[in-house]
Order: sequence, then structure tokens, then C-alpha cells
Amino acid sequence: MKNITKLGAVSALSLIIGAGSAFADTIKIGFIDPLSGPFASTGTNGLHQFEFAADYMVNDKGGVLDGDTFEIVSFDNKTSPKESLIQLQVAIDQGIRYIVQGNGSAVALALTEAVDKHNRRNPDSRVLFLNYAAVDPALTNEQCNFWHFRFDANADMKMDAMSDVIAKDESIKKVYVIGQDYSFGKAVADAAVSMLGEKRPDIEIVGNELHPIGKVKDFTPYSRKIVASGADAVITGNWGADMLGLGKSIIENGFTGPIYTYYGAGSGMTGAFGETGKGAIRLVSEGIVNPPPTEEASAYYQAFQAKYPDGNIDQTRISNTVGMLAEAIKAAGTADDVVAVATALEGMEYQTIWGSKVMMRAEDHQAIQNINILNHTDEGVTFPFDGSTFGVVSEQTVEMASADAPTTCEMQRP
Amino acid sequence: MDLILVNLIDGLVTGLLLFMLSAGLTLIFSMMGVLNFAHASFYMLGAYFAYSISLALGFWMGLLVAPLIVGLAGAAVERYGLRRVHQYGHVPELIFTFGLALLIEELVQFVWGKNQMAYSVPDVLNFTAFAISGNSIPAYKIFMIFISVGIFIGLLYVLTKTRVGMIIQAALSYPRTVEALGHNVPLIFMGVFGVGTALAGVAGVIAGPVLGTFPGMAFVLGSIVFVTIVIGGLGSLWGALFASLLIGWMTTFAKAYNIEMSNILNGLGIATPENLDESLFRDFWSLTSPQIADILPYILMVLILIFRPAGLFGKRSS
Repeated sequence: MKNITKLGAVSALSLIIGAGSAFADTIKIGFIDPLSGPFASTGTNGLHQFEFAADYMVNDKGGVLDGDTFEIVSFDNKTSPKESLIQLQVAIDQGIRYIVQGNGSAVALALTEAVDKHNRRNPDSRVLFLNYAAVDPALTNEQCNFWHFRFDANADMKMDAMSDVIAKDESIKKVYVIGQDYSFGKAVADAAVSMLGEKRPDIEIVGNELHPIGKVKDFTPYSRKIVASGADAVITGNWGADMLGLGKSIIENGFTGPIYTYYGAGSGMTGAFGETGKGAIRLVSEGIVNPPPTEEASAYYQAFQAKYPDGNIDQTRISNTVGMLAEAIKAAGTADDVVAVATALEGMEYQTIWGSKVMMRAEDHQAIQNINILNHTDEGVTFPFDGSTFGVVSEQTVEMASADAPTTCEMQRP
Repeated sequence: MDLILVNLIDGLVTGLLLFMLSAGLTLIFSMMGVLNFAHASFYMLGAYFAYSISLALGFWMGLLVAPLIVGLAGAAVERYGLRRVHQYGHVPELIFTFGLALLIEELVQFVWGKNQMAYSVPDVLNFTAFAISGNSIPAYKIFMIFISVGIFIGLLYVLTKTRVGMIIQAALSYPRTVEALGHNVPLIFMGVFGVGTALAGVAGVIAGPVLGTFPGMAFVLGSIVFVTIVIGGLGSLWGALFASLLIGWMTTFAKAYNIEMSNILNGLGIATPENLDESLFRDFWSLTSPQIADILPYILMVLILIFRPAGLFGKRSS
């Protein structure tokens, strides 16, 4: 009797599962990033761009496979690695198989380790970690694993492009490096010192310092040191409130040279810099929105603005992430087997709507793409940021930057 | 030498800004015995209101109107919130203000979003007042100094020289007697709470353009305000001023000069360990003053609590 009940239950269950798979499913993507605290604006803007990309690029075009649609599920990690691990567990328990995160390499390092551990212990519920903005080189070098893919250029690649541009500028003799005191800030500083030393040995690093992340109220003392050092240019990896605070303070306290940044635009920053930042703020980034590279890109941007009038597409890699994931799921023919999806992602060459190509390098899961130096200005701006008249305009491009950069990654494939 | 002067000015600006926040908080505490956790949130509200007003009517109207609105909001919170909770004791009051802080942060995000606001220095003040060997002092900083010094003198005058001030001071120590003399003590409480929050509002209005107007601004400044009034002595206006300036200068100088821990220890006659990389205290030896600048006030607070629990200017005996 007991056995019959069991059999009945099992067959009923399998019927339900079978019925479920006949209909179009939603493929859930867990977005783990700060939605509160000092970096809330960066996280929220990222979330909007993901939601839009999922709708515009996948759902409105009939989805993937048998009409499966993407759904972005957001989790607030408050930029804390500890909190992120809790949210990761919540996401996994909800049956989410794709995690996206970007803000904070400390968080990404914690996540990639946790994902690796989880996937080894639970082969039935493996997850992929699609990193769209955490750029600590370690993530695709000594800390790399099969489950992690990075869609942004890493800090070294960006510094390579940035230092190329600085090296060409003969008027720069002294450089000040300042950043947030954590793994990424240190990576930027190390890369700046070593690459500038190689390309322009005559450039003097007049300052190299780190400040607490997200805790500095007033950057004036730091700007005083920068001005007093006689620096011709400043390099910083700061982001969020730290970027705006530092940039504004440096300019207001009398610094006149260029400030080379990793994240000096968007999320309200471009609007807040406004006239003050003109001619000063430079940005190293993978994406160009000004001048608009393609008609497709313009249409995409306009549709985004119709939905989020105050929003910006300041991370074009987000649409690349969504697009490449969709392609990989199509190629694998399944969204449930993440190993197949990951294998499809490896080595993928993807034509972006931004008119350039992205290649996902198989040996370390690092995306290879064009890197541009953008300039904060209000001239020739088709798509300004933050509802202001200011935006970032492309100045120089390094094509398929650092495609042959070495990696120490020893990928363990399942 | 020139840099010392520049840092003195910078520290003064930071300190005076801190004072405007802590003055209100310390007044409210000495009167009602409640630590207002939402105080920094009123600072944030000041900045956001001023930003919205400045879009329509310009910076100066913002400076005038925003603190008034914040003060009225503060008075309303006292009248309809705190006064009701007061009868249940101090813990519910604390929890109430704590909840209020969270509520205001969410509200600000709901209305204005999470982005940085493009709230900037008015054009009239957007120039360099003077420069000391290449270090420009923006005119706006001088303006900040004048505003906050003006407010301090005004407060001091009202509290010590006027009838209203006398009644307030009397209500601080002997509320029952003052009430028996026919004064409306709850009204005084409401007034003080309103003025205290309006002060925080002023601080927000003038700090917003330089320190950034974003939903995290209350959080960044919140804890340091409490540290200030604990160091200065709860309830003392002079203490708040002294502690604010002390913290302003201390953190500014610590950040402006890279004093290394190894130099201090060597100066004290302790030799650097030969192999630093293997030393147990490697991190301690490689500390620099900018790294610990922001925790110096907290260290000072702990020391004050140990050696002078009433604070530097506090009158309360424990």
C-alpha cells in the first residue's frame, strides 16, 4: 500500500514537472549589488540597465529557446561581502542559476569563492557568476574558476590603455595615484606605478595613497596634498560617492590638470560635476555612447531613456552580458545545465549593439574588447547623462585591448 | 608652514560644520534627555530641500527656506511623535528616533532617487577667495565659516542674554519649577527640538554642495556627531564647539601629513623589527596617519569616557 502511495506521488510529481517544462519558463538572474548605503546609486542604475537589457534584448524579441524569458531578481548586498554570501544563498534557494554582480571586487572575490565551493558540493544546483564590473585582476588570474566570467576589462587592461594615453602626453611629468583602501584600489595603484614606469620612466609618481572606502566625509586634506605635490595628472580608481567627493574637491581646491578615472561618470556624477569637471575628468571605459556608434545603439539608448528619463546607460557591458548569456543559452540549447552554458560562453565572439566586438577568452574567462578614453564635456554630446547637458565623449580607442595579456589562471573544468 | 595655515582653515571648516550639527543635538539631549538618532537625517533633509528649492528659486532662497521647513518638520516630530512616546520612557524614544532615521532615508530615496544630486555652489561664490602658495581657498569655504560662526554667536546670545534663553536654561535643570511658574514647558521643548533640527538643516544646506547630496550623507556623518557631543560633554554648547574644532583639526592634520607609525615608534626608541614581513606586528608598523585619521575621534572618545566620563565641558556628575 505504502509503495503504491509512493509510486502515485512520484508519478504525480513527474507529471507536474513534465507539464511545467512544456510551457515557456522564466530564467531568473540574481542581481546582487548595493541598493542601499553610500553606493546605492551605482547599484540601482546597474539594476535598471539589467532590467532594461533583459526586456529589450531578450523578452521583447520572443525570449530564448522555447520563448523562455529573462527575469532579473534583485538582492541588496550593501556592498558587504558577508551580506553578499547570505544573499547568494537566498538566491540559490530560490532556484536562481545565474548571478550577476559588479560593484566591489571584495564582494566579487567572496562570491566567486562561494560559488566555486557551492558548485563542487552541489552538482545539481550549480550556478554561474557573471561579473559585469568587478575588475580586480585576481578574479581572472590566481582566483579564477570555471564558473566566473568577467564582461568588463580588468583593472590592468584599463590601466594599460590609460597609461598609453598618459605616456603620449609629453606635458605630464608628475602623476598622483589615489584610491580606495581595498583590493581594487591597490590593484589600480600597483598597475599605474609599474606600467607608467615601463612606458615613461621619466614620469615621477609624486603620491601613491589609499583612503578608507565609503567613509571619507571631506576630501580636502587629500586634495591639498595633491596640489602641493605639483602633480600634472591624477589617477584614481574611486567610484560612487568617493569618486564625486574626490573629484570635486581636487578641482575646487585649485588642481587644473586631467583626472584619469575608472568610474568618473554616470549615477548622478556627471550631472554633479557639470561645468566644474569640464576638461578635467577623463574616463577609461569599454563603451561609447557619444558620438553614437550605431543606429541600433541609438535606438536602444532612446528606448532606455523613454523608460528611465533620469537614467543613463553608463555600463554598455551590461547589455553585452545579457546578450552573450542569451546567445550561450541558445547555443547550449538549455538554461538548466550551466556547464553547457558556460562552455558555450567560452571563446564566444559577440557582435555588440555598440558596434564593437567582444571575445570571451577561454583560458581565463576574461572579455577582450575595445577600451576607450572618454572625456567629460558638454560639446558634441548626443546622449547626456543624469538629465544634464554633460556627457562623456570618446577621445581615443585602443582596439581589442590587451588581447594577448598573459594570465596565471589554471582553469579547472568540470 | 604655508600648508599648516591651509590645513588650519580646512580643519576649521570641517569643525564648524560638525558644530552646527552637534549644537542642535547636544541642546536637544540636555533638554529632553533623548539622543536623537535621526539628527543627521534632518541634515540630509536640509540639503535635499535646499537643492529642490534652489532649482526653482536659487541658492539663497534655499538657504533661507530649507532650514525653516526642516525646523517645522522637527517640531512636528516632537509634538506628534516624541511627546507621545516620551511617557513610555527613554528606550522607546531611542527606538522611535532610530526608526525615524531609517524612514527619512527611505523617503529621500523614494522622492529624489538614489543618485547624487547636482546641487552645487552658487555662481556668486564660485571663485577662489585667496591662495596660499598655490593652495586655493574657495570663497564658499569662507562663506561657510561666516555662517557657522554667526550661528554660534547668535545661539550664545539667545541662550545667555535673553529672557527666552533664561527660561530655556531653567527648563533644562528644573522643568517642574518652570512649569509651576506658568511657562509652557512642552512648548519650549518643541521649540528647542525645532531649532536644533533647523540648525542641522542649515548645516545640510551649506554642506550639500561641497560634500555631496546623496542618500548616504546622513549615514556618513551620523556617528561622528555623537562622538563630538560625548567628547564635548553632553548638553554643553561650548563643549560641542571645542570638540567639533578638535575633531576637525585632528582629522585634517592626520590626513594631510603622512606620519608613519614606524617613525613614531623609532622616535620612542623602539627599533623596527629586522624582518618586517614576518613580524607579528607588520600591519601595525606600516600604519600611516591618513589610514587611521577617521578613527582618531573614536579613540579620543574612548579615552574621554575612561578618564572624564562627563566629557570635556560636561557638568553632569556620574
